[in-house]
Amino acid sequence: MSEIFAKGLVCPLDKNNVDTDQIIPKQFLTSVSRDGFAEALFFDWRYLADGSANPEFVLNEPQYQGASVLLTRANFGCGSSREHAPWAIQQYGFNVVIAESFADIFFNNSINNGMLLISLSAANIDFLFNRCKQGPQQWHIDLANQEILLGNNAAIGFSIDADIKQRLLSGLDFIGASETFSPQIDQYEARRRAAQPWLG
Amino acid sequence: MGQTLYQKIYQSHVVGALNGSTDLLFVDRHLIHEVTSPQAFAGLRQAGRKVRRPDLTFATMDHNTSTQVRSYDAAGETSRKQLEALAANCAESGIELLDLYHPDQGIVHVIGPELGLTQPGMIIVCGDSHTSTHGAFGAIAFGIGTSEVEHVLATQTLPQQVAKTLKVEVTGTLSPFVTPKDVILAVIGALGTAGGNGYVAEFCGDAIKGMTMEGRMTLCNMSIEMGAKAGLIAPDATTFAYLEGRRFAPKAEHWDAAVAYWQSLYSDADAQFDKVVCIDGSQIKPQVTWGTNPEQVIAIDQPVPAPESFTDLIKADAARRALTYMGLEAGQKLTDVSVDVVFIGSCTNSRIEDLRAAAAVVAGKTVAAGVRALVVPGSGQVKRQAEAEGLADTFKAAGFEWREPGCSMCLGMNDDRVDAGQRCASTSNRNFEGRQGRGSRTHLVSPAMAAAAAIHGKFVDVATLTGASA
Repeated sequence: MSEIFAKGLVCPLDKNNVDTDQIIPKQFLTSVSRDGFAEALFFDWRYLADGSANPEFVLNEPQYQGASVLLTRANFGCGSSREHAPWAIQQYGFNVVIAESFADIFFNNSINNGMLLISLSAANIDFLFNRCKQGPQQWHIDLANQEILLGNNAAIGFSIDADIKQRLLSGLDFIGASETFSPQIDQYEARRRAAQPWLG
Repeated sequence: MGQTLYQKIYQSHVVGALNGSTDLLFVDRHLIHEVTSPQAFAGLRQAGRKVRRPDLTFATMDHNTSTQVRSYDAAGETSRKQLEALAANCAESGIELLDLYHPDQGIVHVIGPELGLTQPGMIIVCGDSHTSTHGAFGAIAFGIGTSEVEHVLATQTLPQQVAKTLKVEVTGTLSPFVTPKDVILAVIGALGTAGGNGYVAEFCGDAIKGMTMEGRMTLCNMSIEMGAKAGLIAPDATTFAYLEGRRFAPKAEHWDAAVAYWQSLYSDADAQFDKVVCIDGSQIKPQVTWGTNPEQVIAIDQPVPAPESFTDLIKADAARRALTYMGLEAGQKLTDVSVDVVFIGSCTNSRIEDLRAAAAVVAGKTVAAGVRALVVPGSGQVKRQAEAEGLADTFKAAGFEWREPGCSMCLGMNDDRVDAGQRCASTSNRNFEGRQGRGSRTHLVSPAMAAAAAIHGKFVDVATLTGASA
């Protein structure tokens, strides 16, 4: 079975430790909506102080317009728990992020929005960055078979937690899935009340 | 084989196995604030769901509130809407809210422990990464995103997988003027900002045992800055003494039973950790960050490192970029570097003990010319206590601004910001680019170090100050 989770143009962001303050700065966090964050993505890097696009920033380069796969390095998404970070990345148009590693909370937040985050070894990340230097890349992400198809029969395999893979492929509502445990939650609460009444 | 403290608490909260390696865990306390909850409540309404346990959910306003005026309007139109949304959501769902006008309002991670909401053995979550703070009480406490906030509101549970365990042992006795802030910065310096990714870190050792609850909270607070899912310290007599008598602490007939249970919460002697690090606490000196992430840290008497000194090429490149952003040069001594702003506050260092340490350095002195210095107490309780002890007068007499409780300049969501190019000695937790305002340059330090920087207009080693007493 081959199932393409995503395909598209790759944007290489060659940095380690990209934190959530860089992904979306504080001034965009006062919204009460889940939408409207695309313009805020990488704000301080993407725009100059006068509000114009920073030509030096990779996202603004003409060949990366329309990118849907973000390639970056270690510890991507470190820092705050703001889900605005994956919202901004997704609303900009990325639905796959490939990195050497991710911060835990950012990882969970992204999965909860149906995004695919792929961790690869430093050597494979180097290989992919080198490939990007050869020209714009169009990759297909085959989640079912856990492969990044690079074109011309080249591919890189990746590992992913089985539960997360199943969730992404089935698109399950995770609250709905947990709600089916209502009787068990009731029982847990009753046990807790009996054993540790001070907890409420 | 024995179990770690983390494993004991995790297993006692399993409601059921969701699938494969994912369990559904019960959540004992859910803390919410204005910034990461509105979309969660909107999601509930959209799906026709209700808050399952409003009695286990507590709310405050802290992130985008003004610290100058107690008014929803004071921090701008969008902030006001967010604060109003929280008030309306809490009223509709029957959730207790400590709003701006409540005497105990404050930073969520300061008021949770203060009110006794935080207790050993609990699972505590909040839509804020510094929820790790509550691990100081021997609770599994971690930050979650808004989708997870919605999940907890709806079900009082959260799907989780067992994390790996990391033991951080800090041996020996800390030198005078070396604080828990210096310890955690040194640990992050040693392990790196991603050194704890995938792990729950348990702190132990003589240096930890000797810490007060305030100090332990500072330590666990910054566990997230090394990427750890949570920080954890086994509860002991210090923990129980802190909790006794607090508003939500177990009362009368339940107190003894609770303490008996809490005393069972420790890692067994034969428990296996996935990773162990040991740090000699007696060798730690006051720390200052020089770069744009918390692992870029040195002792105050060390020179700013040269990028070439990093064998890892990526770290070398990050150092080069950080030095440019921070306006520093390799080899420079931070004791020669002047500061423009001093911020004493945040969920890391805004508790009474932090303010006492800072006030001890400030007493009888004056903030250096050209330095803007502010103290933002972590909560209404801290503020009142500091005023009663005369600390507020000490700060004000020296030229510090004395503010209302809130997150303030730690993240600059309100109007407390550091201007571009300005250098700030800050007791907060993140020195990321632009964290305190676009182009701001943040140096993370302890409260005593921040106070000393305010008085001298530049970084100084508090241990060398004449007349300093431990």
